[in-house]
Amino acid sequence: MSNPAKTRVTINVNGKDMSAEVEPRTLLIHFLRENLNLTGPHIGCETTHCGACTVDLDGRSVKSCTLFAVQAEGSKVVTIEGMAAADGSLHPLQAAFAEHHGLQCGFCTPGMITRAYRLLQENPTPTDEEIRFGIAGNICRCTGYQNIVKAIRSAAQVMAGQPRKEAAE
Amino acid sequence: MIPGRFTYHRPNSVGEAVKLLADLGEEARPLAGGHSLIPMMKLRLAQPEHLVDLGRIGGLKGVRSEGADILLGAMTTQAEILDSALLREKAPILQEAAQVIADPQVRYQGTIGGNVANGDPGNDMPGLMLCLDARYTLTGGKGNRQVAARDFYEAAFFTKLQPGEILTEIRFAAPTAGHGWAYEKLKRKIGDYAVAAAAVVLTMSGGKCSGASIALTNVAQTPLLAVDAAKALVGTAVDAGAIDAAAKAAIAISDPTTDTRGPVEYRRSVLGVMVRRAIARAKSRAR
Amino acid sequence: MNAPTPTRAEREAALKGMGFSRRRTEDARFIQGKGNYVDDIKLPGMLFGDFVRSPYGHARIKKIDVSKATALPGVVAVLTAEELKPVKLHWMPTLAGDVQMVLADGKVLFANQEVAFVVAQDRYIAADAVELVEVEYELLPPLVDPFKSMAPDAPVLREDIKDKKDGAHGPRKHPNHIFEWTIGDKAAADKAFAEAPVTVKELISYQRVHPMPLETCASLASMDKIKGELTVWGTFQAPHVVRTVAAILSGIPEHKIRVISPDIGGGFGNKVGVYPGYVCSIVASIVLGVPVKWVEDRLENLSATAFARDYHMTTELAATKDGKILGLRCHVLADHGAFDACADPTKWPAGFFNIVTGSYDIPAAHVAVDGVYTNKAPGGVAYRCSFRVTEAAYAIERIVDVLAQKLNMDPAELRLKNFIQPQQFPYKSALGWEYDSGEYPTAMKKAMETVGYQALRAEQAQKREAFKRGETRELMGIGVAFFTEIVGAGPSRNCDILGIAMFDSAEIRVHPTGAAIARFGTKSQGQAHETTYAQIIATETGIPADLIAVEEGDTSTAPYGLGTYGSRSTPVAGAACARAARKIHAKAKKIAAHLLEVSENDLEFDVDRFQVKGLPEKMKTMKEVCWAAYNNVPAGMEPGLEAVDYYDPPNMTYPFGAYICVVDIDVDTGSAKVRRFYALDDCGTRINPMVIEGQVHGGLTEAFAIAMGQEISYDATGNVQGVTLMDYFVPTAVETPVWETDHTVTPSPHHPIGAKGVGESPNVGGVPAFSNAVIDAFKHLGVTHMQMPHDAWRVWKTAEKLGLVK
Repeated sequence: MSNPAKTRVTINVNGKDMSAEVEPRTLLIHFLRENLNLTGPHIGCETTHCGACTVDLDGRSVKSCTLFAVQAEGSKVVTIEGMAAADGSLHPLQAAFAEHHGLQCGFCTPGMITRAYRLLQENPTPTDEEIRFGIAGNICRCTGYQNIVKAIRSAAQVMAGQPRKEAAE
Repeated sequence: MIPGRFTYHRPNSVGEAVKLLADLGEEARPLAGGHSLIPMMKLRLAQPEHLVDLGRIGGLKGVRSEGADILLGAMTTQAEILDSALLREKAPILQEAAQVIADPQVRYQGTIGGNVANGDPGNDMPGLMLCLDARYTLTGGKGNRQVAARDFYEAAFFTKLQPGEILTEIRFAAPTAGHGWAYEKLKRKIGDYAVAAAAVVLTMSGGKCSGASIALTNVAQTPLLAVDAAKALVGTAVDAGAIDAAAKAAIAISDPTTDTRGPVEYRRSVLGVMVRRAIARAKSRAR
Repeated sequence: MNAPTPTRAEREAALKGMGFSRRRTEDARFIQGKGNYVDDIKLPGMLFGDFVRSPYGHARIKKIDVSKATALPGVVAVLTAEELKPVKLHWMPTLAGDVQMVLADGKVLFANQEVAFVVAQDRYIAADAVELVEVEYELLPPLVDPFKSMAPDAPVLREDIKDKKDGAHGPRKHPNHIFEWTIGDKAAADKAFAEAPVTVKELISYQRVHPMPLETCASLASMDKIKGELTVWGTFQAPHVVRTVAAILSGIPEHKIRVISPDIGGGFGNKVGVYPGYVCSIVASIVLGVPVKWVEDRLENLSATAFARDYHMTTELAATKDGKILGLRCHVLADHGAFDACADPTKWPAGFFNIVTGSYDIPAAHVAVDGVYTNKAPGGVAYRCSFRVTEAAYAIERIVDVLAQKLNMDPAELRLKNFIQPQQFPYKSALGWEYDSGEYPTAMKKAMETVGYQALRAEQAQKREAFKRGETRELMGIGVAFFTEIVGAGPSRNCDILGIAMFDSAEIRVHPTGAAIARFGTKSQGQAHETTYAQIIATETGIPADLIAVEEGDTSTAPYGLGTYGSRSTPVAGAACARAARKIHAKAKKIAAHLLEVSENDLEFDVDRFQVKGLPEKMKTMKEVCWAAYNNVPAGMEPGLEAVDYYDPPNMTYPFGAYICVVDIDVDTGSAKVRRFYALDDCGTRINPMVIEGQVHGGLTEAFAIAMGQEISYDATGNVQGVTLMDYFVPTAVETPVWETDHTVTPSPHHPIGAKGVGESPNVGGVPAFSNAVIDAFKHLGVTHMQMPHDAWRVWKTAEKLGLVK
């Protein structure tokens, strides 16, 4: 059995070039969580279904559990930790998820919001059906998706410049 | 969850890639989108000692036309297929199929080459390629060769691809302008493989079917070209009787297995339904 | 310059007390990826553990060779049962009075059972080492059919207890028998059946499923050998119970053990019990003196941690010709897998299954449950359903439909005819429960009116005709479910976990500047406790919810509690919360009286202040009282402002609901499309409508998955199937229907704030609603029952047998 040495990988994560020594087989999710201590993206399965590990890589939503860190050498990765603005203000999607109760246990949330971010880049004015199809790679066990769809719809409105309706408290 | 160890190679050209595969032998696997291979590696069902990453090789991506033909670089992703204005105009059935493959994230990484090359009977694109009578360019140490998709699949996970070869390009003649098309797939949920699926491309002329091509997915060890089913449509008005005959002919050549999605008789029956619905939709689209 | 006095409405809005859809305080960290789940925690020197698991369902272990594994660089230790024997931890007690192997001791009893625990420097090396452990097995005949488990020639699974004629719950009939539990009046029930003009009977099986939270189970154990202190972080829905069990099993005194449940990514019952992974990580840390983390894969989670359901319920109703139910009998064959690791209160080996009389006034009833062993994963747990309540609700809601069909009565009408009437509450059921409150007819009628029930039935009739005429290939089904569930375990007289009564607790401490911290014995896994407990306190004390911190899960600071499952937090800890808050209110009132130099009796409370009756401008705000508590209390009173309450509930609570589901079934593929799902829930007083709605959405989605496709099955050789997300049906946003929610409010008379709990109602009511809808589509063709899950292929098979498929 081959015993390949570690290799140095540099990936631009949330705007900063980050490097670490990894084995070729080190999955991107582990590079992020273990080497870089970015524990926002989570692991919920090992068959590439659940989407809890979703990050944004070079403008694509990608399940970071199904990529080796070495494949992402030189790429730009955005995780949930990079979604808020530099001054700390929340991305409209983050605010909308909180406003519309789009999360409960929070485990799917980083991947879900990161995916929703790219979805709204692909399609800034999605219908509910398009939203559901657009997040079909992200499983949630708590919310039943309904408030997630509401949150994404609301964020889309905000990002398109329309004022969003405050839900009554 | 954790793959076995391997050495990672990142060639910059196809020539470099095939040389690596030839030199490293059986213990080397090409890495395209990785969304078939890496899941298998994580379950340790595959433990290659070398991975040859095709991701940085220029010239393996892209959708373009060449005369009457459409060419797809093997590393073109499903997402890129969905984005292609050329395909939307000339071969929308590919987009209809791409839409029902996996989920958005997997489509961003999964490649057309990966989907057609590994001989997984559950993949959707091989059936499309049979339907479109596509030809695959296989590149090895000795250069390129063309193999018709219709000749490529031998058994589940067994294809005409030789060790040391990679599939680099797919070519097919764009279906006639005004053709009717449909990909009908029954699945339990997004991301699932087909209980049964049918790809239909047909042309109508003067109210009669002037040509048809039907392929079946995941109802046998390989995708199937339903020759008799297609014949049953040609020359007819694609009426209920003809559709019936086509469905029966398709079922007759199928050989599905029983699995968690259902017993053999169910999958056969659903195949018939998929063929019927695909033909009806294709007919409605034909000009 | 004086600020204008805020209006009462403004003060209520600022308070965010009960009834407000207060936004969640916990969201701030989750939306930014700053949650703190077990696998996020890293400690210096931490090692990683992973299991070698059995590929066989029943086999003797001849030999385990760990030499290649221990030789792998980076591997620190490999534990087998042999290494655990000296500390007597190779077996552990279960919550159901059985014992369970921690690591395989001489034999394996289910596929993927834990055989050895590898400890290595990181998870990659641990995974490699797992492959290097060599185990020699001698296959034994597997037993996977519970109906065959008590056959005379059945293979004996539990050799460790084969000579024990008595189990934890009484005599055993067979080496593979665990318990027989009966309740009710058998003679009365038999008499009712003997005399009844109409009887129906069905075998209603509720398939084995798994709660599948998105985060798998995990633990991080850290033994400080110098201080003699053990700290364990883990996915524990009941951290205090884990601490007590750990103290008993390890011999480390309980005050030297700190169990912390940090953020948990969903529980749904999966994270109540103690698993071998927890024990092994603790033992490894104790032995090695460094932190050891264990995080399971999804495959491990689905195949080896506690399953749910697997109940085969032969259910019968006796009735008059015009549909008055006279009696119910139910025999359950309960498949517990290889070990009875059921998470039930001790005296209830079949949970609260005797809620099976449901929402109906049934004069005579009898239940008998036989639990048996098979070569399957041990369990079962309450997957979002209180203890066996979803099984019971499914049985009664199905059999009521079957009765309606036999009598040619509408299923909603039959239910209305048999409901426990409002004036009958508190209602003593024939199986021993005292239901606290209910307004069933109101809820049912509201549901029927809102969905336009009569019009739906008319449409269904028309569609049936259209189908006969060949105009459509769809059959329409309407599913009705009216569930009453039993939650809030529970009164100490009949509810304990391993001997600890099932009270719960709240501790509130108010700070001088008018903020507060509250801690509880429960543990949220997404149920918004940080937000909702504060709302209760706000309403009761006048301290704004936004100024109240809520903590749970750290046994070093939280008061002792039995954790969160079975929808018990609101009924039990919520009650303790209200009562503790009222103690603070009472003391605050005395302080206010003292400050205002009036008698307490002259004061009234208005949202956030105490004011003199008839003279509202003479008042003290709660904020002023909080400050005064620290410097100006009446003579003889202790300074400070805090309260503790341990609440032993006098009764369970009984939320209920009316659910109506409309499906259209594509007969040629068997696919059922949910056209509409309406859920009316009555959980008594509603603390936070937004949170309740979210719970209902989530529970309905789980119910949908269960009814329509979730299943963990075993083949004849003992291999387990359906244990990856490739096969285990977890719907995406595309398959999941849109949910319509509604409510009525019937407070619980015995609960301090009248609240009943709601988290599990949607799973309890949802499953029968979906199932009844699918079966209803075929009723007109004589189908009385179809076994779940209602996969497309199963529905198709029904259609095919009826000759409907072309």
